Amino acid sequence: MSTLSDPPRESFQLSMLLSDTRYRGYTFQFIALIILVASVAYLMSNLFANLAAAGLNISYEFLGDPSGYDVNQTLIPYTSQSTHLTAAWVGILNTLLVAFMACLTATILGVIAGVLRLSKNWLVSKLMSVYVEAFRNVPVLIWILIINTLVVLLPSPRAYRGAEPEAEMLFGMFALTNRGVYMPAPVWGSGSLVVVFTFLASLVAIFMFRGWATKQLYDKGQDINKLWPTLVLFFVPTILIYFIMGSPIGIEYPELKGFNFQGGLEVQRPLIALWLALSIYTGAFIAENVRAGIQAISKGQTEAAASLGLRPNRIMNLVVLPQALRVIIPPLISQFLNITKNSSLAIAVGYADITATLGGITLNQTGRAIECVLLLMLFYLIISLGISAIMNVYNASVALKER
Amino acid sequence: MKKSVLLGAMTVAGLAAGVASAATVDDIKARGALNCGVTTGLVGFAAPNAEGVWEGFDVGVCRAVAAAVLGDPMAVEFVPTTGKTRFTALASGEIDMLARNTTWTFSRDVDLKFTFLGVNYYDGQGFMVPKELGVSSATELDGATVCIQTGTTTELNLADFFRSNGISYNPLPIETNAEAQQQYLAGACDVYTTDASGLAATRATFEDPSAHVVLPEIVSKEPLGPLVRHGDDAWGDIVRWTLNALITAEELGVSSENIGELSAAAGNNPEVNRLLGTEGNLGEMLGLDANWAVNAISAGGNYGELFEDNIGESTAIGLARGLNAQWKDGGLIYSPPFR
Repeated sequence: MSTLSDPPRESFQLSMLLSDTRYRGYTFQFIALIILVASVAYLMSNLFANLAAAGLNISYEFLGDPSGYDVNQTLIPYTSQSTHLTAAWVGILNTLLVAFMACLTATILGVIAGVLRLSKNWLVSKLMSVYVEAFRNVPVLIWILIINTLVVLLPSPRAYRGAEPEAEMLFGMFALTNRGVYMPAPVWGSGSLVVVFTFLASLVAIFMFRGWATKQLYDKGQDINKLWPTLVLFFVPTILIYFIMGSPIGIEYPELKGFNFQGGLEVQRPLIALWLALSIYTGAFIAENVRAGIQAISKGQTEAAASLGLRPNRIMNLVVLPQALRVIIPPLISQFLNITKNSSLAIAVGYADITATLGGITLNQTGRAIECVLLLMLFYLIISLGISAIMNVYNASVALKER
Repeated sequence: MKKSVLLGAMTVAGLAAGVASAATVDDIKARGALNCGVTTGLVGFAAPNAEGVWEGFDVGVCRAVAAAVLGDPMAVEFVPTTGKTRFTALASGEIDMLARNTTWTFSRDVDLKFTFLGVNYYDGQGFMVPKELGVSSATELDGATVCIQTGTTTELNLADFFRSNGISYNPLPIETNAEAQQQYLAGACDVYTTDASGLAATRATFEDPSAHVVLPEIVSKEPLGPLVRHGDDAWGDIVRWTLNALITAEELGVSSENIGELSAAAGNNPEVNRLLGTEGNLGEMLGLDANWAVNAISAGGNYGELFEDNIGESTAIGLARGLNAQWKDGGLIYSPPFR
């Protein structure tokens, strides 16, 4: 009969926190945590002690006070009597507007430049290399200033005045000035809603038709021409209804009145300068992402598609790009985030984004620096996380489906 | 354990905060230089000259204070600040005083916790337009694009002026005077608005100043003066009375030319004697040398001399004394007595 003794139980000793590899990691992590907490606590208490010493406090009441300043581009009703909070909203919408426009154009530019950079045409590929290298390697603020300066070189509205003006409007409709671009704007009369609905309905019809055509192609192998029906659906119903309703939508042309052009649609110079600069600059980065994505697709795919008799255009659109998207999307997300964050350089050209309204004028007029900067951080954080979330959903939809 | 660490950290922080708010004047003496916030460049008020030495009316105040405290008018570290950065720089202690044509307003004094130490220039906001526009009054500016320096009182006055006159405008916010000048000359805006003195200074640097007019309307009161942050009244007193010394010196006829002679020995005028330290102990009360005011006045001359040398009628900027004449001459410049 043998007795089985328990394996010797190690008694825990304090020194094992350092000597035993099982615990050492935790010990160091714990120490690091304490140091972190202590330094954050130190910084915070230093802040509060100094605020108290200066007789200041943290308060967000100023957001409800009238702002007292005007903003040049407002997407929502705003006057100098509106609150600081409304001014912040004006800035937020302006930031989102320029970020959205720049993301769109930068993606288009980037895809074109990225594909062309791989072109077999020597001149085209070299031109694209120059574009990518020149824009990627110069800070975006400098590009914003350069493009702004170029736009300022356009004629001022004064040049359009007089019997023999120095500058003339393009087709009598567009005025390119150093304060912005003025173009005709639609005037919505009664019954214009019907026209708009018809147009939306025809868009839905186009979408459904194309889906049906694709299904026919996959199910029965019938290649139905999509182009002509699409064009017909796009134009014919809307134009018919437009005339049936008695032309309810008019056009208002910009006119030089007083100091500036009035009427029509105005796109101000700060927006143009910032939008162009951000698009062209970030487009260069996206071009590199696209090139990397395409080059990551093995040559065998292209050759296999070619051996099936596909033309180069269709190889790119049907075989290479859909696979390349998996490589392109993740870095594209960070480029979109960069655009949004870089749009905070807006004040360099006088664009009223959130950094200019809340983080600029409001901060300065109220002196609430800490509050305003905290709000700014919160806003950019939310926007960035939001963009990431949306793009991650899209990424999941194009990612390789493993079954 | 965490709690005790936190408490410990807070104690240390409290001590650190206590140290941080030691007397400003001691910090300056230890450092050997005064950190003075000025504009990023406005000719006549504060701008570096061809040799890179800062010059101007506001710079003169900084130099006078440095001379009073340290005895050396050149012991100044100039920190260029924009309309947006100036208050943060002062509140955080990056600069000891701000002399940057800053308007004295209620909210800056009370809410932002600064102490304004007097007025060295009585100004008002004006408008400048190119002559070719044919505008003769600011009320004709309906629909105009207006360049403004952002982060200033101008922004608020502008909104008020246009609103009370029921006319519209399109603001173009700009960071610095130099940029505003460039945009205005390129025709990106019809009007440039800032303090009338700033307009005169800016216009003086144009290739053809006569092609631009400053409109007659002055739409606001802009008393400009030096300021310090709350919490160190002794330091505030030094700056306040240095400015007053410059003003009193002009009133009493003490200038950089005759100051050597007047300060050598006590004269017949007791107020001059007290000012120059040949009688009484005003310097000691401030915690400075007896000849603090002598140093301050020798730095760039008295108030009148500073004005004439930097922005007066003999300079390119060509500002008349107007409101900024001594009270005896019908102006508003007035110093409390040295007694």
